[in-house]
Amino acid sequence: MSGPLVVMAAGALARLRPMREASLNELVRVGEAGLLGEVIRVEGDVATVQLFEETAGLRLGEPARPTGGPLTAELGPGLAGSVLDGVGRPLEAVARASGAFLQPGAEAATLSREHRWEFRAAIRPGSTVAGGDVLGTVDEKPGLEHRILVPPRAAGRIAALEDGSYTVDEPIGALEDGTELRLAQPWPVRVPRPVAARLRGDRPMVTGQRVFDLLFPVAQGGTVAVPGGFGTGKTVIEQTLAKFAEADVVVYVGCGERGNEMAEVLEEFPALEDPRSGRSIMDRTVLVVNTSNMPVAAREASTYLGMTVAEYYRDMGYRVALLSDSLSRWAEALREIASRLQELPGEEGYPTYLSSRLGALFERAGRCAPLGKPEREGAVTFVAAVSPPGGDFSEPVTQASLRAAGALWALDPALAHQRQFPAVDWEVSYSLYAGPTAAWFADEVGADWPDLRQEILTLLERDRELRDVAGLVGPEALEDGDRLLLQVARLVRELLIGQSAVDPVDAFSPLARTHALAGLLVALRDGARSAIDRGRALESLDLAPAVRALSAVRRAGPDELPARVVEARSAIAALRREGTAGDQPAGGDVTAGEGGA
Amino acid sequence: MTAPVRTYRGAAGASGPLLYLPDARGAVLGEWVALESPGQPARRGQVIEVGTQLTVIQLLEESHGLAPASTRVKLTGELAGMPVGLELLGRVLDGAGNPLDGLPRPVGEAWRPVWGAPLNPVRRARPADVIETGISAIDGLNTLVRGQKLPVFSGPGLPGLDLAARVVESARVPGGEPFAVVFVAIGITERETRGFLERFEDREALERTVVFLNRTSDPTLERLLAPRLALTVAEHLAFEAGLHVLVVMADITHYCEALREIAAYREEIPGRRGYPGYMYTDLATLFERAGILRDGTGSLTQLPVLTMPDDDITHPIPDLTGYITEGQIVLGRDLHRRGVSPPVDVLPSLSRLMKAGIGRGRTASFHRAWADQIYALYAQGREARLTAAIVGEAGLSEADRRAVGFADRFEGEFLGQGDRRRSFDETFAVGWTLLESMPRDELLRIDDETWAARPGADGG
Repeated sequence: MSGPLVVMAAGALARLRPMREASLNELVRVGEAGLLGEVIRVEGDVATVQLFEETAGLRLGEPARPTGGPLTAELGPGLAGSVLDGVGRPLEAVARASGAFLQPGAEAATLSREHRWEFRAAIRPGSTVAGGDVLGTVDEKPGLEHRILVPPRAAGRIAALEDGSYTVDEPIGALEDGTELRLAQPWPVRVPRPVAARLRGDRPMVTGQRVFDLLFPVAQGGTVAVPGGFGTGKTVIEQTLAKFAEADVVVYVGCGERGNEMAEVLEEFPALEDPRSGRSIMDRTVLVVNTSNMPVAAREASTYLGMTVAEYYRDMGYRVALLSDSLSRWAEALREIASRLQELPGEEGYPTYLSSRLGALFERAGRCAPLGKPEREGAVTFVAAVSPPGGDFSEPVTQASLRAAGALWALDPALAHQRQFPAVDWEVSYSLYAGPTAAWFADEVGADWPDLRQEILTLLERDRELRDVAGLVGPEALEDGDRLLLQVARLVRELLIGQSAVDPVDAFSPLARTHALAGLLVALRDGARSAIDRGRALESLDLAPAVRALSAVRRAGPDELPARVVEARSAIAALRREGTAGDQPAGGDVTAGEGGA
Repeated sequence: MTAPVRTYRGAAGASGPLLYLPDARGAVLGEWVALESPGQPARRGQVIEVGTQLTVIQLLEESHGLAPASTRVKLTGELAGMPVGLELLGRVLDGAGNPLDGLPRPVGEAWRPVWGAPLNPVRRARPADVIETGISAIDGLNTLVRGQKLPVFSGPGLPGLDLAARVVESARVPGGEPFAVVFVAIGITERETRGFLERFEDREALERTVVFLNRTSDPTLERLLAPRLALTVAEHLAFEAGLHVLVVMADITHYCEALREIAAYREEIPGRRGYPGYMYTDLATLFERAGILRDGTGSLTQLPVLTMPDDDITHPIPDLTGYITEGQIVLGRDLHRRGVSPPVDVLPSLSRLMKAGIGRGRTASFHRAWADQIYALYAQGREARLTAAIVGEAGLSEADRRAVGFADRFEGEFLGQGDRRRSFDETFAVGWTLLESMPRDELLRIDDETWAARPGADGG
């Protein structure tokens, strides 16, 4: 027998010989079980392979079978709504074949071989096409048109192309040079898909989360790092974005996280409606799932698989949100493999190339003009959760992410302990997209949007200073104006920044509501302030009616919003008048009973 | 996957718990090894690396006095396994699965590899059935559900195992059926073990309990095996026999130390504080074995107990655990010192699966708002307490003074329930009493509808 054999195996690594012809990143099936692995080192005739599957039971001398190509994603109709493991196997198909527990060596193609798709050609035989041109479309899911593209590296005149019903294996046509055209195309996951041009990111990806949209916006095609210790709500944020972010397609990579969380996603998403299209969230979602107890090397691959799928939908001209939870598990997989290879470790045992690999991954996000005709625009917006050990942001993965990302949403355990969610630390977080997207917000939502943002940030900053002082001298020692600011800042935290992910109305805050709340809070401060300036004591001001009116705004659906805003305005105006009228209004119950919208 | 038994005479070398075998063709990664050495007790080990040059065997027992050259090494061809079945209920075994109760070795209905296989995420059901533990800090504020893994973060001298024992003792599900309990002691003392088991003795409870004991004096490396044996048995009871199983593992800190010990012998590059870089993954292969199958009737719930070294929650052991588990119950030294029992510090405690289990038709429609409001006030009170320590009570605002009062009463009346078991309704009632002592305007998290609908409300 002349094929390569296992000459060493330990943990997720195996060495094979003879493998003189092996290429780096070549996919290999190892052992009688056919464990999937990838060549990561070639020395003479020995190839070192990282295995994507559990290796217990692997024996010395078992045969191995090189596949001749790298790990590729199969890109085509049927991705939307699917749940894939880190190397692209649909978990449902795997379960049908081998039961509730994962067995190594499973073979399952990403896309269904049987499903027939109705293809409608967009161009005629005889036309000349190049990489990225739209050949035609199939309806992948209700409301999601899957555009069939010429593979990036193909070009020529079309010899045949016909409408009809095809599986992903059947040719839909051919180029004159004989190249067959199909509904699906393979792409190596570690190679970025090419684009025609990169575009500026000056449009926001609206998230429906007030703290992000107002204070730390992310641009379409932007990148965000979301570091936070355990229990600070990273996963809830990622899931909330998957539900509500303004995206045509969502790719959610659950990398090294909890199985029960994925069960939750799988139960919730199909039942949830996209607030914009009214269709099931699952219909526009691709889930890549590699839980923490699944083999570690596949975890590393899963992030690249997710990125490749996201790029593919971007190339069709879609806005894609790529949500990764968590990037730290990806980095730990790198570390584990590097350590088994006895590579010289960098900081905290991570390989020295951590930062460059991570940077290259972030660079695959962006807003672009995809290759081909017709001209279109697509974006991959990348939001990556990071799990710093001990919540310490100075660790290598967080630091490398910060160098690469355009925004930081820092999560704070102290806020989480107070059940202030999302627990975004507004003092540490930032967004480099706030400037570029300001004009869009001013045009589309309200001309005062950028000013309001600044007002709120300044108010929170002043609140921190005052709380430092109050911690030394006690709040009672502050003057009325400052104590008012402390009270208003508390309302900003509770009503504006705080947002419930489980309340059906509050979970998604349209920009109009976010804008109204921010404006009303600033007006409340100004109103109470002017009363104080005219000599009223803070204690004698009854803020309660205005606060209740604001709570009602927060819970108002789109139809009720204008009426609730008017009520809140009048409550604030009443407060402002208190400074002039000498007598105190009855107060208290003016708008009571309207809280539970 | 089984290979024939092969016997080798003489090993090439040994260091610590590792034994090196040259030229062991056909060695199977993960297979079980039996060692015989003249004048020495029989030992067992496991193949952790196979190679044409060198095969590495990790011993389960101490290697003290082992002479590699005169050792007979038998490769059994079997992956580490454990008999499973309903007959395991009522048994007491050691950390390697040998009987400690004087009864014959269990035969079981089947033999299962102890490393388990990952549960396919699409075949999991979402855990959503609450468990009433009788402890207000858990039921009210950090509700436990079936299929969850919720560790107790204890500290040296804090009653972590006691709390786990109390949960095991009084855990009830609305349906009423009792839990089967799998208890695995990992490197804990005789006294701790006895303290735990005495709660069950003289009762039929012991008949639905499986106990695995690896005590302080038992081989260190057995600590890596014992929880896997226990979980293998528990998985069978839950997913095949259809029982609701509660697995208590104590103490995960000893487990992690054993992991570090073996990593050092293997000359691996250490991660934080010397623990191996793969500790997250390794712990995940334990904790992720909790869950519920979509087409099954049973459930596997885990209550691991760990000791935070120096009460430090950022230490790698609690830190990595917290990243894997679905929340944590943290014990507070201050509370314990002040005699609050159980001393659960609810601020850093969390149950991630609570939201699926609570609410209308499950616990109470107001549960979420009620818990959020208690949290907010208690957090405010704790912060104000710190301020008061600097500026004195008089320097506090009215609202802060009230919040301090709330925090005091919360700790005394809500947390400090002593040995009394509280039903969900009793827990809610204690909480509402505390909330009603506050001005309505300060209860921002409770809307008017919820307020009007609270139990015992006087018509709104």
